Amino acid sequence: MDVLYGIPIIGVLIQFIGYVVEVTPGIAPIVLGLAAPIALGAMCGIMNERSGIVNIGIEGMMLSGAFAGFLVAGLVHQSMGPVEGFGPFGITPALLAGVAAAIVVAMLLSALHAWLSITIAADQIISGVIINVAALGLTGYLNRLLITPNPRLGAGTFSTFRIPPEVADFPVIGWILEMFLEQGPIAISVVAFVIVLQVLLFRSRWGLRTRAVGEHPRAAETVGVNVVRMRYRNVIMAGIFAGLAGAYLTLEGTSSFQNGMTAGRGFIALAAVIFGRWTPVGAFGAAVLFAYSGAFGQAIRIRPPGIEYPDLGAIVAAIPSQVYGSLPYIVTIVILAGVVGRSIPPAAVGRPYRKEEQT
Amino acid sequence: MTAADSQPHTEAPPPAEAERRAHAPLWRRVLQVVAVPAVAVVGALIVGAIIISLSSLASGSLDLLLPLRAYADMFQGAFGSTRGILFTIASATPLILGGMAVGIGFKAGLFNIGAQGQFLMGALGSAAVGAWLAGAPGLVAVPIAIISGALLGAAWGFIPGALKAWTGAHEVVTTIMLNFIAGAVIGYLVTGPLEFEGFSFSRTGPLGNAELPAFEGTTIHLGVFIAFALVPVVWWLLWRSTLGFEIRTVGANPDAARYAGMHPALITILTMSLCGLLAGLAGAGQILGISHFMTPSYGTSIGFDSISIALLGRSNPFGIAAAALLFGAMRAGSGLMQINAGIPVEIIDVIQALILLFLAADIVIRRMLRIRADGAEPEELQTVTKSYGSGNAL
Repeated sequence: MDVLYGIPIIGVLIQFIGYVVEVTPGIAPIVLGLAAPIALGAMCGIMNERSGIVNIGIEGMMLSGAFAGFLVAGLVHQSMGPVEGFGPFGITPALLAGVAAAIVVAMLLSALHAWLSITIAADQIISGVIINVAALGLTGYLNRLLITPNPRLGAGTFSTFRIPPEVADFPVIGWILEMFLEQGPIAISVVAFVIVLQVLLFRSRWGLRTRAVGEHPRAAETVGVNVVRMRYRNVIMAGIFAGLAGAYLTLEGTSSFQNGMTAGRGFIALAAVIFGRWTPVGAFGAAVLFAYSGAFGQAIRIRPPGIEYPDLGAIVAAIPSQVYGSLPYIVTIVILAGVVGRSIPPAAVGRPYRKEEQT
Repeated sequence: MTAADSQPHTEAPPPAEAERRAHAPLWRRVLQVVAVPAVAVVGALIVGAIIISLSSLASGSLDLLLPLRAYADMFQGAFGSTRGILFTIASATPLILGGMAVGIGFKAGLFNIGAQGQFLMGALGSAAVGAWLAGAPGLVAVPIAIISGALLGAAWGFIPGALKAWTGAHEVVTTIMLNFIAGAVIGYLVTGPLEFEGFSFSRTGPLGNAELPAFEGTTIHLGVFIAFALVPVVWWLLWRSTLGFEIRTVGANPDAARYAGMHPALITILTMSLCGLLAGLAGAGQILGISHFMTPSYGTSIGFDSISIALLGRSNPFGIAAAALLFGAMRAGSGLMQINAGIPVEIIDVIQALILLFLAADIVIRRMLRIRADGAEPEELQTVTKSYGSGNAL
């Protein structure tokens, strides 16, 4: 530790900034990939919470989507045999069927959540926990039953779009283009989803009504908005995003399914919703931040700061590698603790709505 | 719009009816409490049977008797022999403590999903201290190892409690993040500073005298007795002590509690620490009594099990003990079921989720059974989400 002795903090900070600048171009392409499932989960969370429904079952919806996508894609692939991928993303019928299955399963779970929290007026957090427990149990059960005896099942992944190397080498702009475009189809479309949802939520009639239902359902009802139908529709449609996030995990990010492979991404997505103040663009930014912390942890493990940054290197080497592995979780807690008090949720979130009884 | 507006308004029963209810025969009152959980368990087993039947399709033909055989094997494994019964009791032990760790939280309006991490930290603490005190006399080593595990669990519960009380960060998200972080901490410590040399895999050192005394050749160790003895203690704490009254008041209405001179922030921190203490104790019991050492990726399903048990037991320690015995029996019997009937043990998780589903939809069950909504929905269902995202420190 004598290396650290007597060196002002500023020096280490400068080295840290230097290291960040140095590794960022290398990790830029994986950041959006890591952010995609979190951002998609956050879009699901925003659509739920803006219409007044808490959804902590995103994790389970994602996991079920991942499983269903992998299974259906694998089965279609098996029955059709290898098919030449189409277009820059290598789209095959098997992969498309997988994505569709992931979306359908996540929407079915969303419908269950909607029924429990709107019609039954059950506790919405408990409803979410049920979905998480059920997803973990059912996917584990079916994984053992259907996928384990069939180890060669799998339909591969979507291909990654490649931008020309002359463009990618361009400083800053090249890195940004690389981050957003050197991706599979689901990760690329995340940006479009975020922008579309942001515009719809704040510039359309649907958005105004959704926000009204989430802020003051009784007032919305008096001006003729059907609160129950609106909530049902939004919660079920939000399942599309959770399904896509799941499909990303098994059909784009990796080509396999493991029990519990979502590893808390659904919950990190919830933190992203809060940090992004319930706006799609903000939540996307938060997701990128979480993803960056994860990618940075990987970068430190693969390419630790060495000779150029001796003091930083000594500090980094002194910290156990598990710390970098859990950076996203630590960052989530810190951000929740630091930001939540100043971030105001939709007023009616988590409260079941009952029409006033006619007397 | 406040929470009170959205809840169906239940009027206080007229005095005559209240009196009638108080003097209703005991069996009727017991039935009122037990009916919904019992229907939930039976319903979950029936739906589980359908799933098992359907999964026989994977191996070719539809086998309608498969669920009966699977459940018979499970029952056989759990209760068919003295060994099975003792194994059931031992399996229920951590679940009793874990269930109470979640249930006490419910009473205070807190949803502790962090029993998993608190359990792991308790296990780690007792494994480390137990190995350190391996040579000390048992009368010293055992209590210190147990207490250090419980305290580390309490510390892991204190963090989300303090974050909730001081910053308003919701415990559902923070406890889950802390579960992952606990896994990383264990991964680091057991492969690093706490690793014991001389084994082909990473593990903590032998416990020596810190092992819990157990009946010869069985899994019934001292921790089993501690867990069962704590059931009435926790009941007394919740319903007969001042602290319990404050916990329940804060859970029912933090504002009212504050006006009555209580400190919701303090109670929140104290409750989460207490939850962590119990879950940590569960971890300590498993390590000191059963596993005898800690591995870097110590697997447990106690986190979600505890939630199901707390809900099934209605956050009442005696109900939790009964639910834990049920789940312990399923876990104990599932091994035989997997071997004989070829049903993956994960079916237990499916049944567990189905039980929760029936419990959440208990309005449907109540209508089916024509149970009058005495006291409306179970208390915990009303209190849990009150604070979600309100974003205010207490």
